[in-house]
Amino acid sequence: MLSAGAQRKLKAAAGEIDVNTDIAIDARNVGKIYGAGASAVTALGDVSISIEKGEFFTLLGPSGCGKTTLLRCIAGFETPTSGSIHLSGTDITYDPPYQRPVNTVFQSYALFPHLTVAQNVGFGLKMRGASAADVAKAVDRVLALVKLEDFANRLPQQLSGGQQQRVALARALAPEPQVLLLDEPLSALDLKLRKEMQSELKRLQSETGITFVFVTHDQEEALTMSDRIGVMSAGALLQVGTPHDIYDRPVNRFVADFIGETNFLDATVEGNQVRIGTGDLLAVPLQGETGAVTLAIRPEQVSVTSAQTGISGKITEAIYMGTDTHYTITLKDGSPLVARIQSKSSGAFDVGDTVGIAIDAQAVQVLKS
Amino acid sequence: MAKPRVFDVTTLPGFTFIAILAFVLLYAPIITLVIYSFNGGDSVNQWGGFSLEWYAVAAKNEAVQDATARSLIIAVWASVISTTVATMAALGTTRRGKFTGQTMIYVIINQPLMVPEIVTAVALLIFFSSVKVATGYTGLGYLILAHSAFCIPFAYLPIKARLEGMDTAMETAAADLYATPWQTFRYVTLPLLLPGVIAGAMLAFIISLDNVIITEFVKSAGQDTLPTYMLGQLRRALTPEVNAISTALLALTVLILTVFVFVTKKRD
Amino acid sequence: MSRRKTRRSKGLDGWLLSAPALILLVLAASGPLLIVALYSFLEKGDYSGVRWILSGEGWFRVLFERDIFDQTVSLADANLSIFWRSVKLSIATTIITFGFGLPTAWFIATRPAKSRAFWLFLITIPFWTNLLIRTFAIMEVIRNQGILNTFLMHFNLISEPIQILYTDTAVLIGMTYVYLPLMVLPLYAAIDRFDFRLIEAGYDLYASRWQVLRGVILPIIKPGIIAGSILVFIPSLGAYVTPRVLGGGKNMMIGNFIELQFGQGQNWPLGAALSTVLLLVVLVSLIIYTRASSRDDSNG
Repeated sequence: MLSAGAQRKLKAAAGEIDVNTDIAIDARNVGKIYGAGASAVTALGDVSISIEKGEFFTLLGPSGCGKTTLLRCIAGFETPTSGSIHLSGTDITYDPPYQRPVNTVFQSYALFPHLTVAQNVGFGLKMRGASAADVAKAVDRVLALVKLEDFANRLPQQLSGGQQQRVALARALAPEPQVLLLDEPLSALDLKLRKEMQSELKRLQSETGITFVFVTHDQEEALTMSDRIGVMSAGALLQVGTPHDIYDRPVNRFVADFIGETNFLDATVEGNQVRIGTGDLLAVPLQGETGAVTLAIRPEQVSVTSAQTGISGKITEAIYMGTDTHYTITLKDGSPLVARIQSKSSGAFDVGDTVGIAIDAQAVQVLKS
Repeated sequence: MAKPRVFDVTTLPGFTFIAILAFVLLYAPIITLVIYSFNGGDSVNQWGGFSLEWYAVAAKNEAVQDATARSLIIAVWASVISTTVATMAALGTTRRGKFTGQTMIYVIINQPLMVPEIVTAVALLIFFSSVKVATGYTGLGYLILAHSAFCIPFAYLPIKARLEGMDTAMETAAADLYATPWQTFRYVTLPLLLPGVIAGAMLAFIISLDNVIITEFVKSAGQDTLPTYMLGQLRRALTPEVNAISTALLALTVLILTVFVFVTKKRD
Repeated sequence: MSRRKTRRSKGLDGWLLSAPALILLVLAASGPLLIVALYSFLEKGDYSGVRWILSGEGWFRVLFERDIFDQTVSLADANLSIFWRSVKLSIATTIITFGFGLPTAWFIATRPAKSRAFWLFLITIPFWTNLLIRTFAIMEVIRNQGILNTFLMHFNLISEPIQILYTDTAVLIGMTYVYLPLMVLPLYAAIDRFDFRLIEAGYDLYASRWQVLRGVILPIIKPGIIAGSILVFIPSLGAYVTPRVLGGGKNMMIGNFIELQFGQGQNWPLGAALSTVLLLVVLVSLIIYTRASSRDDSNG
């Protein structure tokens, strides 16, 4: 079975993707440097990215990685110091924000406190010179979309955080932008509300068909919502792919570490197997790597048995986390390995037990050291 | 029986007593002035019963009428002009990061707050007297110009404070929603800034209305404002008429200040 | 549209938007100050004004005088006593307003949040009330037939009115009265930012109330003390209305002396030189203030 990403690659190879009609945002070698000389700070260094029309694309990375800067360059609030940004084939690098058919949902919502919900939502259309009747019609439609019809005449400060979030969404959707930019819009909401809004956003995206570019530092949020994810670190784009691509085949240690929990074990290639620090051999999928490598092993790919065959180790920590229990096992050579085992499975282990370990070798990612 | 004393870290010995005394000393003379403005009878030394007599006398006095009109005309012009230019300057000096010469702009704008008024008054006397000779114009323009200038810092401060408290995300959001820079100013910045502008205009109005020294030095003959008229009426004691005018001015100040407090409090 | 242009326009916009205010101020406030400095070096005109001839006479007459007959030079005692009175009264005013101002500001800042606005408003009313009206009010209290003397005589504490009006004491009382709010407001601003847990820490470490006041509170609110002192000292030194109303003709301060040169004295260069001196004193005070407050910042 081919992943969505692989299907895309095939389509591209077959010439089925037309850069001018199927690509919404095309950032080419975008760089952004603040300041000059010795005090210059590189926020973005040579980032290239293509975001397709109708896609839910997420920029994921820790704070300060440059994801928000890239988003602000697309919105027009920042001008790149090098490179260019294209919207549906048109160069918009130096267009002011008010000339770009792109709208933003701000992290702080940035709702106008002196305007009612309806006036906030209608603001963009009014500025573009739409007639009062058209504005009213669009406002009704979008407020229905976010289920806030009854709040049209309230002021933003009279709404709850979740409702303000919906107004911010409605305001950005009302002018029917080609691309909707969302700058960590859910970070101010509590967990329950955040889950609700995640599915709400997915629903809105499929109903409107608008391209969403979503910025977050929450990997779980990125994995559940996105069609594709771009992982960023220190101003560089490390990997672009579907959630499956990113999770199963991280290109380097940073991505593997940032997306979900990962064990890293040093190993040496010997023929078509690798030898880990304990001396045991593992038949991991190799693609011509030689010498020293790092193995990335997900905790759920490690199983623990009471039979002490193969790799063995001692449980040094057990953390009960509800559905799962996390065991930290110290291997013979002293390196720690975390295993995630379903809590209800029979035979719970205790700290101090010596256990046998089985690793799903085919699922292990081999990274160059 | 001695009460157990509660130890409160915020009290210091004698401070409350001195503070209350200070408030009493601040208000006693003002209240006396107000009470005596309602004194019937001709003697300023003896209470002759409650009466609005002196208010009536002041209101009928043509010189007082003229001075009042002149004071109001100057104050309205000065507050409109100073608030307009101060708003522009506040927009220019905030929300755009630091730029060359910014400190210089601050110094010039706040200069009237630092230089003793008598020095500015003398300077304007010298400057305007040569302009008066050169142009032959001796109208109210000089007073309006001088008042507009020294009112600028008073109008500027609340507007600047308001702007600094405003989130720039509002303007960013407006630009994102297709508002041109002018539309952003018209529909977002200005409405949000308005309480600051009103506050600034009111302070400028009070400051212009109260001015004595600069007005005294700049005015041409027959251009008395209320304060200079009152200063001119001064004898060994206040006339009951001046007392009444003072009280009326005081009432106007308190009224404007109360409105000011409400305007700056609301929307925040 | 280039990047370069948008970045450069930041400063340009700043200057353009500030331009009307700056022009107005340079025309009718800052600019004429330079003319004053220039006039101080010109020769006195026959009646008023100046003759456009360079002369040091204006500056000479600040401190010295010539005998009309034999041209002997001597110190101008009258001038010196006016300077001395101005400085003495201004320093006294600053100290007394601080004595009243610190407890008052402390009192306001330690009120519960709700009533604090009310007490602050009570201080702001006199602050914004016409200086002339406030001076009139204090005059009504201290004049011979005023409230104070009437009260004291009524209770037979004195047999005849105490002459306060038209003395230095009257000027001092008046200036203390009119400038007190100028001391209270910056002190309040400093105390309002003050972290009261520091006092608890002081008491915790065995400090007495006076030790807490001297060792903890005063050093921390020092910027407010300096600001208040400058705000009172500068207008006191340049005071005109209060000494004119309460001091009568004899108890002049620099402000009235300057006015005299442009009025009956008709010596514009001397008046201009005196104004320049006043301006320089203010400038020095402001520099000391800036130094003191920035040093405080660096100490954290």
